[in-house]
Amino acid sequence: MSTLHTVNKSPFERETMATAFGHAARGDAVLIIEDGVYGVRKGTTFAKTIEESCAICKVYALGPDLAARGIKTADMIDGVKVVGYDGFVDLVAGHGRVCAWL
Amino acid sequence: MSEQPKKSFLYINRKAPYGTIYALESLEVVLIGAAFEQDVALAFVGDGVFQLIEGQDSSAIGMKNFSKTYRALGDYDVRKLYVERESLAERGLSESDLMPLTYEDEAEDYAEKPSIHCVDRTEMARIIGAADVVQSF
Repeated sequence: MSTLHTVNKSPFERETMATAFGHAARGDAVLIIEDGVYGVRKGTTFAKTIEESCAICKVYALGPDLAARGIKTADMIDGVKVVGYDGFVDLVAGHGRVCAWL
Repeated sequence: MSEQPKKSFLYINRKAPYGTIYALESLEVVLIGAAFEQDVALAFVGDGVFQLIEGQDSSAIGMKNFSKTYRALGDYDVRKLYVERESLAERGLSESDLMPLTYEDEAEDYAEKPSIHCVDRTEMARIIGAADVVQSF
């Protein structure tokens, strides 16, 4: 079964998001939470990494964390899907393992 | 005891809100400094610029939305918020994505004036160099 990768740090402050996408295999899922969601905004220096990764794996961002940080759906890179806490649980249950890139 | 001369304090904010406690703690310290009638200015550099984004709603993550507190800074005579342009651009942001923060200028019949000043990195370096005391969060 495929792996769910989670990222909770801003890509502008730590390298964990770059590392996570670097290690996500084809068919894996990457769920971006907490300060990680700053990375899914369009037009950032990190956008290209996520845009390219969307072709290889599924990319999700947690809705409540987006709302807290003032990021609207229109601000987000196309291809990134928004999930709630229920979707978070489904992703964990639906993958063989969770790799948390803290 | 003679009165101490006023000092200029610059608080540099470098962290995003909610993920860590730094942004909220900085704001607390700023308000304390302002209560002692010091010359207080804030700088927003790196991920710190995210603190000022308009439209934050933290109700679903169970944390206090303290972004509203920045709007009160003007009432505490904190009128200088310097935001680094390069930091905004790297994060896909522009000045229009920020909260419109203002203060009332009593010298001009309480006219509302903007507190946020976007400056480039060179100017930010000069602002840091001109402060008596610098605290970085």
